[in-house]
Amino acid sequence: MNYYITDNTSTQSIALKDIPEVEYAALYEDLSERLKQEQYHIAHYFARPEQSRLMFYLILLDDEKHQIMVARFAMEYYDDIALPSLTALHPAVHPFEREIAELYNVEFGAMPWKKPLRFDENRRCRTSTIDTYPFYSIEGDSLHEVNVGPIHAGIIEPGAFRFTCNGENVLHLEIALGYQHRGVEDEFVATDNRLRQTLLSESIAGDSAIAHSSAFAMAVERLSNNKTSQRLQAERTIALELERMAMHIADTGALSMDVGYQLGQVACEALRTVTINTTQAWCGNRFGKGLIRPAGSNKPLTSEKIEMIRKNVEEVGRRYAEVSDDIKSSPTLLSRFEQCGIVPRTEMHRIGGVGMAARASGLGRDLRTSHPFAAYSTKLNHESITQHDGDVMARLMMRCQEVSQSVEYIKQLLATIDTTEAVPAPNYEQTLAPEHFAFGLVEGWRGEICHIAITNEEGKIDTYKVKEPSLHNWLALALAVRGEGISDFPICNKSFNLSYCGHDL
Amino acid sequence: MGIALNTLLMLIVAVSITGVINRTRALLAGRKGLPFLQHIYNARLMLRKGAVYSTTTTALFKIAPAVYLGAAIVAMLFIPVADLYPLISFEGDVICFAYLLALGRVALILAAMDTGSSFEGMGASREALYGALIEPAMMIGFATLAMFCGYTSFADIFAHEQSLNIHLTIVMLLTAYLFIKITFVESGRVPVDDPRTHLELTMIHEVMCLDYCGVDMAMIQIAGWLKTASLSMLAANAIAATGCFHWWLATPLAILLTGVSVGVVESTQARNKLLRNTTFIVTISALAALIFFIGFLLQLNINI
Repeated sequence: MNYYITDNTSTQSIALKDIPEVEYAALYEDLSERLKQEQYHIAHYFARPEQSRLMFYLILLDDEKHQIMVARFAMEYYDDIALPSLTALHPAVHPFEREIAELYNVEFGAMPWKKPLRFDENRRCRTSTIDTYPFYSIEGDSLHEVNVGPIHAGIIEPGAFRFTCNGENVLHLEIALGYQHRGVEDEFVATDNRLRQTLLSESIAGDSAIAHSSAFAMAVERLSNNKTSQRLQAERTIALELERMAMHIADTGALSMDVGYQLGQVACEALRTVTINTTQAWCGNRFGKGLIRPAGSNKPLTSEKIEMIRKNVEEVGRRYAEVSDDIKSSPTLLSRFEQCGIVPRTEMHRIGGVGMAARASGLGRDLRTSHPFAAYSTKLNHESITQHDGDVMARLMMRCQEVSQSVEYIKQLLATIDTTEAVPAPNYEQTLAPEHFAFGLVEGWRGEICHIAITNEEGKIDTYKVKEPSLHNWLALALAVRGEGISDFPICNKSFNLSYCGHDL
Repeated sequence: MGIALNTLLMLIVAVSITGVINRTRALLAGRKGLPFLQHIYNARLMLRKGAVYSTTTTALFKIAPAVYLGAAIVAMLFIPVADLYPLISFEGDVICFAYLLALGRVALILAAMDTGSSFEGMGASREALYGALIEPAMMIGFATLAMFCGYTSFADIFAHEQSLNIHLTIVMLLTAYLFIKITFVESGRVPVDDPRTHLELTMIHEVMCLDYCGVDMAMIQIAGWLKTASLSMLAANAIAATGCFHWWLATPLAILLTGVSVGVVESTQARNKLLRNTTFIVTISALAALIFFIGFLLQLNINI
């Protein structure tokens, strides 16, 4: 099989004509073999109309050789070729095939579950709405169904959970999302204003503003063939790690709250505030909006800010270590978190889990190691943290350890920053290479984020695709609660902390 | 005079315990905390509001809070504050007390089922299970007192000054510990239930009241305070009986015993996995049986 091979440190976009066009049959054969191995996983797989044809793009990541492999295949309007479903062999492909099927009405043969990704069951039927979605149900006198959502009691986003329970035990959970289809990807195409697009990327998912805007900046910089300075890359990495710290600490607090452990909750809430206030003191926004800009930065670090960040981060790291020691040594907490919501490694691989949740099950999906970018490829020698149990405790321990790792990275990177080196102002006017393909692959706190931009012949972004790690991991949550008590669903849910808007786009 | 003071003190205990719990939790969390009487202000606010009823509910749903509150009030009137005399007292009122609490619980369970909500049905089934499991503990606890003192009304059990001996001290202290444990379960506190949680799927008592608001909600909350106060006062009486049996000791003891212990446990402990609640409550019953047995042996004057 012929792929276009590149890696995540490349500063160039790919001309569309350079991406080899293959036959679906060959691709299917190749993928069905490759995806059996853990080293390969799909970063994105989508379709877009090109003239009279529907062009399918596939980005395959090779974790061991650190390569990014791109291929495409086409379907003519009147083509009657059979597309056997890859999902039938590798469930990990399911979100991509479901998206293609619902957007372009492409039939994948032998697709095991034709559930729409973001729309209602039958888009061609006017009485079908998302509220009439037919949930999977199991018959039985001793079973009962519990529906949670789509409106939740807390201040969270909409999503419906349908539990089929046998007494207190969950037999099956089906998650229905798609209640807030915002058309994010179309918004990117609708405007040619680079600043507006940057702001859009910051708003894809509020808790990963820095990661998404970094991915957007990477994609755009590749399209304009712009080589960013080492200093700018280091600053972006610091921001990314600050975001990771803040979210991991917040989740530790939320998990403590859900089991009624007040001390952990208040301590983590206070520490998270210090962390996001540090980001605010740097760039004026607690979630790092306004910090990442294409080709430059409006908020370069000064020596005072470096000192401030170092001091705060050190303090937070020290105090958070105390909290995590308390959690680890408290029997009542261990009895809640251990052996609860287990997703085994094989299962995680099968469904294509990514990021922190996959690493908690022992599956080392980490772009910082497998496809290093920014300062991870130059200044840091990142080693992924993995756990083995795949339970709530493992995901909590992932957070505890990643926070202390982030503290070290931030301190290391701050030391390398030379404040006399000039940082260019952001450039929103750069011309993009026409008919090119560029990606931005960033490991956010939740997992890998993949942005794809394709330009038309005028050098305008024509297709923009976003993939949030939640897209894969929602299924992991559904599997984690099988056989658990329904009262343990909230802590399983919180241990993944998945994004609704990141999925619904 | 004594009877009026007794009732007044019970009300003070009922009002103060929640305040002390909130204060203790705030102190341990390093927060300023709510005003001491915030829960009273909240209840007053709710009492001023009307009520909204779901169209699927019947009269059962509207009656339940009144039954729950009524049962709690009457149950409270049985409880003496150390050397004072309660308003109502008759032979066998310990049994009546236990079943008044059960009556209130049944009313709430039926009302919860009446709404037809899957959440409330879940809560009702949990409440019924834990209610049934805690009942033996309470009955055996009362039986221990009755056997040891020879009376079957709270007023008589506590009012008749016992000759101060080591046997009585042992049994009374053990019973006090038992009653505190029962208070935790009956008032739905950590580690059995968590009154602060917003997660319907994990709730026990709170989820049964999801459809209530306004006056009804206030009634349910007030009943909860009274229930906690009654059980807490029983524990305080048992302790006071071992030494200084006076109302001015038993009242603050009842407030602090429950207030501080609940506050500390809620701050430093996670709540149980729901499955482990069963074990937890059955253990309390086992403890009650053990105390009963100890009481029995001591009464036989066996040298231990």
